[in-house]
Order: sequence, then C-alpha cells, then structure tokens
Amino acid sequence: MADERKKNGISLVLEHLGTTAYRMVEELGNVFVLFLQCVTGLVRPPSEFRNIMKQMEEVGIRSLPVVLVTAMFTGMVLALQSWSGFQRFQATHFVGSVVALSITRELGPVFAGLMVSGRVGAAMAAELGTMKVTEQIDALVTLATNPVKYLVLPRVIAATAVLPVLVIFADFVGILGGYFVAVYLLGANPYLYVNKTYQYLTFTDIYTGLIKAAVFGFLIALISCYNGFNAEGGAQGVGRATTRAVVASSMAVLVSDYFMTSFMF
Amino acid sequence: MPTIEIRGLTKRFGNKVVLDGLDLTVPGGRNTVVIGGSGTGKSVLLKCVLGLLRADEGEIRIGGEDVMKMDERELVRVRRRFGMLFQGAALFDSMNVEDNVAFALRRLHKYPERQIRNVVEEKLAMVGLYNIQSLMPSELSGGMKKRVGLARAIASEPEILLYDEPTTGLDPIMADVINELIIRLRVSLGVTSISITHDMKSAYKIADHIAMLYKGKIIEVATAEEIRHSTNPVVSQFVEGRAQGPITAEHEEFIRFVRRGGGSGVQEEQ
Repeated sequence: MADERKKNGISLVLEHLGTTAYRMVEELGNVFVLFLQCVTGLVRPPSEFRNIMKQMEEVGIRSLPVVLVTAMFTGMVLALQSWSGFQRFQATHFVGSVVALSITRELGPVFAGLMVSGRVGAAMAAELGTMKVTEQIDALVTLATNPVKYLVLPRVIAATAVLPVLVIFADFVGILGGYFVAVYLLGANPYLYVNKTYQYLTFTDIYTGLIKAAVFGFLIALISCYNGFNAEGGAQGVGRATTRAVVASSMAVLVSDYFMTSFMF
Repeated sequence: MPTIEIRGLTKRFGNKVVLDGLDLTVPGGRNTVVIGGSGTGKSVLLKCVLGLLRADEGEIRIGGEDVMKMDERELVRVRRRFGMLFQGAALFDSMNVEDNVAFALRRLHKYPERQIRNVVEEKLAMVGLYNIQSLMPSELSGGMKKRVGLARAIASEPEILLYDEPTTGLDPIMADVINELIIRLRVSLGVTSISITHDMKSAYKIADHIAMLYKGKIIEVATAEEIRHSTNPVVSQFVEGRAQGPITAEHEEFIRFVRRGGGSGVQEEQ
C-alpha cells in the first residue's frame, strides 16, 4: 500500500475479504474464458475425434467399477435406513419407491459426480499440471497446436457425454442393491417391492438425473483442466492444482445440484 | 531465412520489470546466443518472440512482420516458421518417440501417413539416433531426450530455431554433441537461430554473435572472440565467471558472508 497509515484489525480483515472475493470473481471469469475458447475450438478444424474417444474410455470405462460399487452400496444402505424408519409406521412396502426415487433423482448422479471428480478430476489436473510445469503445453503451442483445443476440449466433451451413461448404470445397480437388501436380508415381498419401485417412478425422474450428470461432467472437466493449466512451480504446484481441482469440482457438483434440483423440481 | 528485429521490448510481471526496452537484431541464417545470469529474463525473451507471452511494449519483427500486432490466428501461422528446443526437452510423455517427432507433421498433414515413418527416421538420423522410435520418453537418457526434442523441433522444417539452454544438465561430452548438432543444423538447413545459455563454452562454440542480457537490456553484441576480450566490466565478469565484479557488487554482503565461511552449505547461484 502506498499510504503510510497504520492498518487496524478491521481494515485488515476487510482487505483480506475483498482480495478473496476479487480473486474468486477473477477465477470464475477465467474459467468462463476457457469455456469460450473450447467453444471456438469446437467449430474449427481439425476435429479431435480420436482424442475424444480416448478420453471417453478414460472417463467412462475406467470409472465404471468405482461408480458401480458406490451406487450398489448407496442403494443397499438406503434400503436398510428407510426400512428402519418406515417400519415405525408400518410403511415398509414403500421402501422400493423411496430407493428408486432417491437413486435416480439425486444419489445416482451426485455420487457418480463426486467419484468422478475425485478420480478423473484429479487425474486431469495432475496430467495437465505436469504438462504445464514441464513446458509440454508450451511445446504444443510451438508445434502449431492450440492446447485448449487439443487438451481441454476433448476432456470436456468426453466427461459431459459419458457421465450420463455412467449414471444409467449407477441407477440400475443402485436399485438392484436396494432390492437385494430389502428382499434377501429384510424379508420384503419381492413382487411388491418391484411393483412399488415401478409404480411411482416416472421418466422425468430419470432424465432430470441424467441432465444433472451431464452438467456435473462438464463442470468437473472444465474446472479440473483449468486448475491443471494454471499449475505453477514444479511438483508442489501440481499437487496444489490437483487438490484445488478435486475440492472445487466436488463443491461445484453439490452446489449446482441444489440449483438444478430447485429449477427442475 | 528471416531476420528477427526486436525494438524497445518491455515486459513486466507485476511491478518487476524483466525486459526494459530491449533491442536486438538477429541476422538471418546466423546463430545468435543470448547470455546472462539466471533470472535475467532470457527465457522471457524467447517466449515473447514466440508469442507465448505478450510483451507490454515494443516490436518484434520476424522477416518484417510485427508479431506484437498480431491476433492469435495470425500468430499460429507465424509459429509454424519456428521450432523450439526446450530446456527439459518437453517431450510428450504419453507418446513414444515416433509420435513425438511426427506430432506437428500429423497435425499439419504435411505428408501422407505412410511417408511420415520415413520422415521421422530421417530427422532422427539427423540428430544421430537410430531405431528408438518405439521407446517412451521415460526410457531415454537426458542427452537422448534433448536430441529427440531437437528432431521434433526440426521435423516440420522451420526457418527459425530457438534453443532454451541446450546444454544445461548434460555431461561435457553430450553437451558437445549437442553443440555440434546445432552447428550442423545451421550449416545444413541454414536456419536463423537464437540460443539462450549461461554455458560459455557452448556459447563460444556455437555462436556467430553473442549478446549479453543484463538488467533487461542487451548491453553488448559482438562475435565470440570480441566478447571473450570485452572491456565492458559486466560482460567480462560474466564470461570469466568471477565472483567479484559489477554484477555481484549489489550482493556484496552475500559474497562477504560466503567468504567468511558462514555459507558452507550455501550454493552460489550460477
């Protein structure tokens, strides 16, 4: 600061808050600029078809096991918990509906999103961050390649397209997990359980979940790539970028989830 | 081959002025070596020439075209005339040697796919490497990485080559191999090149002209022989690598500290 006035506690706190807010707005702007660069990259040749396929494999097929296990156990624990609650007022036949609705509307997309932001978001930030600090991204530029188009765009497209597919599997396996626990562990009537699962489930429940999943995929890839691209200062910087990517994309999943839910309620 | 003219180039990071109205002419078909201590902005200079960093003021004319006035799309076109060897080679570690060298060729569709193998082999032969196309960068030694990086830089036949500390981190023999390669490429391809280094042995060997960067300006440009016997105290301190002199005068306190033996674990910055 240019002036020599002594700073007191309050002005220090305010200054800190102001700087933090300023940085946040600046970063949001930068992420948006990255998004715009992706859009212009989308319409210009060459198409990054092979790269997109490779990323789809990375985001989709390799994340499938972890997403399925998560969904399975979420469905199972949901059956257990809602059974325990519904038993208190003799409504255990609704457990099937509760599991199906919770999984498709909320838990399937959100847990898949969180798992993918941990697995894929970290991998993207670490890979791009390493490329940044070892000058590989600069090297791309010198080899007549736009790094945003070559690195970021395929990842964003792949994550956006693949996450809904992952969630379809997660929904199915989650409902199946709930069924097994309810029927084989808690002694629910299998016919009634399946019947109740279908009875209240509408197509809207499923596709709003899938829209959420697509948005999560988009946000995770964009935020993680942004953090990787801005990594600085060697191994430590890559570590920092990875942590930031995972934290920010997980938060983006949960925050955007609330707003999308309230919008599509 | 194009001449590069840099006039009044200024680049700041925050309050820190790194390049302060730098002037430099790089004659076409010649190798100009920029020397200077660590952190004096040599890399920044190269990145400004390539348009990787936007300078704040000045002009950089490459064959008459001012890159400072160009938008991103024109810059892409200009960058195709460049090849760059990075300090750590910057090979793409997810690809093998062949894909690394062929990268720009495939992106630019310069040759049909079946010819690319031959071109890669030819470029690798130019840097003295044979039958390593299927190896991954992690399997290569430091010197080999640099040579593959060089093969990649010359693959699309650039008119201008930029070398970022080509010999740093190599053993003396491998450093000399790289020096020989740089000279040979200049003779056989006739490219204009800028090298930055603080390895004086390498600079004397490969340079047609040596330019000394100090405090954001080029303070002297001359041939290797003239630089060696320069009367400028700053230049002569640097090229002879003396601890005392005008460059370190500001760090007098530090030098005295080292002299006293208090700095027995402290390594002086190169």
